[in-house]
Amino acid sequence: MALPEVERVQTAQADRATGVEPTIAVRGLWKIFGPAEAKIAGSPLLELSNAEFRLQTGSTIAVRDVSFDVRPGEVFVVMGLSGSGKSTLVRCLTRLIEPSLGQVLLDGEDIRAADAERLRELRRRRFSMVFQNFGLLPHRRVIDNVAFGLEIRGDAREPRLARAREMCELVGLAAFMDSYPDQLSGGQQQRVGLARALAGDPEVMFFDEPFSALDPLIRRDMQNEVIRLHHEVGKTMVFITHDLAEALKLGDHIVIMRDGRIVQAGSPEEVVGAPADDYVADFVQDVAKANILTLRWIMRPARPDDALDGPEFPPTTIIRDAVHVAAQTEKPIRVVDGGATLGLVDRRQILGSIAERGARG
Amino acid sequence: MAASATSAVRAAPTISRRTLVTLLCLSVVVLFVVFRGQGTLPRDEGAASFQFFNGVRDWVSDNRLTNPFLVVFAGATRAIIAALVDTSIVIAHGIGWPGAVLLAGAAGLAAGGRRLALLGVTGFLSLGVLGLWSESMDTIGLTFAAVVSSLLIGVPLGIAAGRSDRVRQVISPVLDLMQIMPSFAYLAPMTLLFLIGAPSATIATLIYAMPAAIRITALGIRGVSATTVEAAVSLGSTSRQTLFKVQLPLARKMLALAVNQTIMLALGMAVVTALIDGPGLGKTIIKALTHNDVGSAVDAGLAIVIIAIVLDRLTEHAANRVDARPNASDSARAVNRRVARVLLVAGLAASLVSLFVVALTEFPTEIGFSFAGPVNEIVGWVRINLYFLTNPVKDAFSYGVINPLEAILTSAPWLLIVGTFAGLGVLVGGWRTGAIVSVCLVGIAGLGLWEDGMVTLTASLVGVALTLLIGVLIGIAAARSERTSAILRPLLDTAQTMPSFVYLIPALALFSPTRFTAILAAVIYAVPPVIRLVEAGIRSVPLAAIEAGVSSGASPRQLLWKVQLPMARRSLLLAANQGIVMVLAMVVVGGLVGAGALGYDVVAGFSQYEDFGKGLSAGIAIVLLGVMLDRITQGAGERSSAGSARAG
Repeated sequence: MALPEVERVQTAQADRATGVEPTIAVRGLWKIFGPAEAKIAGSPLLELSNAEFRLQTGSTIAVRDVSFDVRPGEVFVVMGLSGSGKSTLVRCLTRLIEPSLGQVLLDGEDIRAADAERLRELRRRRFSMVFQNFGLLPHRRVIDNVAFGLEIRGDAREPRLARAREMCELVGLAAFMDSYPDQLSGGQQQRVGLARALAGDPEVMFFDEPFSALDPLIRRDMQNEVIRLHHEVGKTMVFITHDLAEALKLGDHIVIMRDGRIVQAGSPEEVVGAPADDYVADFVQDVAKANILTLRWIMRPARPDDALDGPEFPPTTIIRDAVHVAAQTEKPIRVVDGGATLGLVDRRQILGSIAERGARG
Repeated sequence: MAASATSAVRAAPTISRRTLVTLLCLSVVVLFVVFRGQGTLPRDEGAASFQFFNGVRDWVSDNRLTNPFLVVFAGATRAIIAALVDTSIVIAHGIGWPGAVLLAGAAGLAAGGRRLALLGVTGFLSLGVLGLWSESMDTIGLTFAAVVSSLLIGVPLGIAAGRSDRVRQVISPVLDLMQIMPSFAYLAPMTLLFLIGAPSATIATLIYAMPAAIRITALGIRGVSATTVEAAVSLGSTSRQTLFKVQLPLARKMLALAVNQTIMLALGMAVVTALIDGPGLGKTIIKALTHNDVGSAVDAGLAIVIIAIVLDRLTEHAANRVDARPNASDSARAVNRRVARVLLVAGLAASLVSLFVVALTEFPTEIGFSFAGPVNEIVGWVRINLYFLTNPVKDAFSYGVINPLEAILTSAPWLLIVGTFAGLGVLVGGWRTGAIVSVCLVGIAGLGLWEDGMVTLTASLVGVALTLLIGVLIGIAAARSERTSAILRPLLDTAQTMPSFVYLIPALALFSPTRFTAILAAVIYAVPPVIRLVEAGIRSVPLAAIEAGVSSGASPRQLLWKVQLPMARRSLLLAANQGIVMVLAMVVVGGLVGAGALGYDVVAGFSQYEDFGKGLSAGIAIVLLGVMLDRITQGAGERSSAGSARAG
């Protein structure tokens, strides 16, 4: 079992820029709920399918042999439907749920090896979490909620309130610092959750479907807010969602989970352009491909009769950005990288990529 | 075709079950007719269990000063509690009536406002006016001591049960048993270990009230949003920080409710402990009841109700204030707070003065009013002039319902009864329930109290039937009409704050001491919670289901029968369960007013030296009856919830 795992990890790493130490490295992580958890290590039962395993052991596999790297400063999205194990997975990363097998490394330190004291220290200073249902303390004012994490790690009153004030301003809650959570709207409450998570100046922030409980318009605002904060504070973020659009919008890197295992990992472009299986394909079929994919995905080889003096674009251009130019010329667009022509794109491909949205649905 | 085939398959087990039940019923009837009068267990004054417990009692009194367990456990506990309750009662008296009245006013203002302050002041004054100041202070002192110790033990246990599944699993069955144990059943074991008097009365009271403190605290801790706790943990809070900064603050409303409920239960029990020589108003009531002196009982009952209402409203308002925002202050409240502070200081000063002026600890006898005279006149008049009305009701009920049922239960072979109830248990709750039921009944037979047990069971069954009939009808009416509900609410509130003893008084006023009186008191006692549960159950049916029913053209009657009642089934079964537990508790208390049987055996056990063993056995028999009735109704509840889970 060990060998293929190492291989896969290596391929996963090879896919992405190498040489950078991952902030979080997950290796062969399992979570099993039920009596079988205690005695499962190395057991042949782990080869069984989820249904078979449940039948034989009465226990449930929630996370199944998951490995991935989160690189410093990126937004790493874990996407899946409910029951896919994504919320369990993110809780295993901070040990809010104890993993059954495998490793979770934060800057090379094995989190599973940490004792209670060390784990608390990590939670107080190195990572923080934003929850779907906010998890605010209704009996405390907004500013005291934001300062809560600083309070329990023993920061003095004055500096922690100063820091909390700063965070409230950062997330646009300056006017609500003395309000109570139930006086705020859902979006504002989640801003409190964001500010609270930012207050401890953590290295990594975990988001567990933070915007699922919000209205669509508010959700969009909050997504933009996360993008803005990511630019401003540059934290590494691990973001859990069941919303593909959200994943594509926020993610530098996306993994898609199903039945506790990762079915695909890659950039938004790779997920949309080359779905690994029917499950992922089904997911992405309604996505507006022209907004995600680059010219690389639709270019074709040049034919002898092609006019080769059309407009030039690099292969990383999003299709939609080329539509305007393509509309004004009869000639095919040339996809050029470092002087070499990689291929051609004409209106047929562009229109095809636009029309593909929903075509199969 | 396919549809009819499946429905036939589905119907098959139901039909066989129904025929099975019919066959069983028929065979029970046939067996009863054939073997009637044989295999019965008549009264046996020298039953082995009585002698055994008498022996235990003798051994305990012989070894009280030498046996290490008795010295350390019983002796030390008694000494600690004695010190607590004595201090508490001394303080209650020492404050003096002017101090107490002022302090009640201050507490009322601080907790709720002017109306509550007025309630506190007039309430405490009327205790004195009724001429029951000293007795009231005894009751309050005893209750306070019991509540404090109950909370000191119960709240930490509740926190542990709220935070740990394992603790909860260990504690839950014990709490279940404690909550179905009628108050009477606690008394005999107390006298065995702790003798009679204020200390054992306090211990009985604190044990009786503690399950509620534990349960509600645990419920409050568990009710705290899991995400909020998770958020705190994810920020690195320690277990202690999570408890003190998240769980306890968020559960404080439930904690206040726990205090409120503990006080109310303790007050009710404190009155009952008069039977084991607990000081206070209970003694006055028992003396009055045994002398058939309804008037004096009304005075003392009124004093208890006043104390109950004042304490209930004070703690209830304090609980509601708990969640008020600290910065939400208006000027009226600020004034109230200032006046409250003045009253507090004045009250403390008055208490200080009464330390030196002993006269202030006695309420002046010149101001006094008793309902005893007029009430006794009215009761006399009623008993003579309404005899034509009350007597036929009583006789019709006694000869028409109670006697026949009692005759059946006492004349049938005891094994047939065990078999019948066990079968019922299996039918509603499965084999486990059936086994528990038969163990309980065989236990009652083994204790040598079969006949008394059957008499008490008769009274309980009749009481339960009446309670459910009345409770369900009124509950439905209240659920369907806002006006009925609004009229009932204050009545139910008051009824539910009154300790059980009080309910004996009106029943006794109308119908001199008989079994019927006890059953009536039990019905009055148990109906309010049944109404509450039925109404709440029907009202909690989701609006969507109602709208779906209405939009498919259901008439109000159809809506009730086909949507509301089926969907409120769990509440109805819970109501039945509550009703049974409460009726049994009260039927036993009714032993004081002519219900005889097990309740009387318990009481006699305290007063007659040679009856101690019988009294203790009767206490155990009552618990067995309670467990049996509880399991049968709970079994039905669990079955219905399992069914709905499968359907869902």
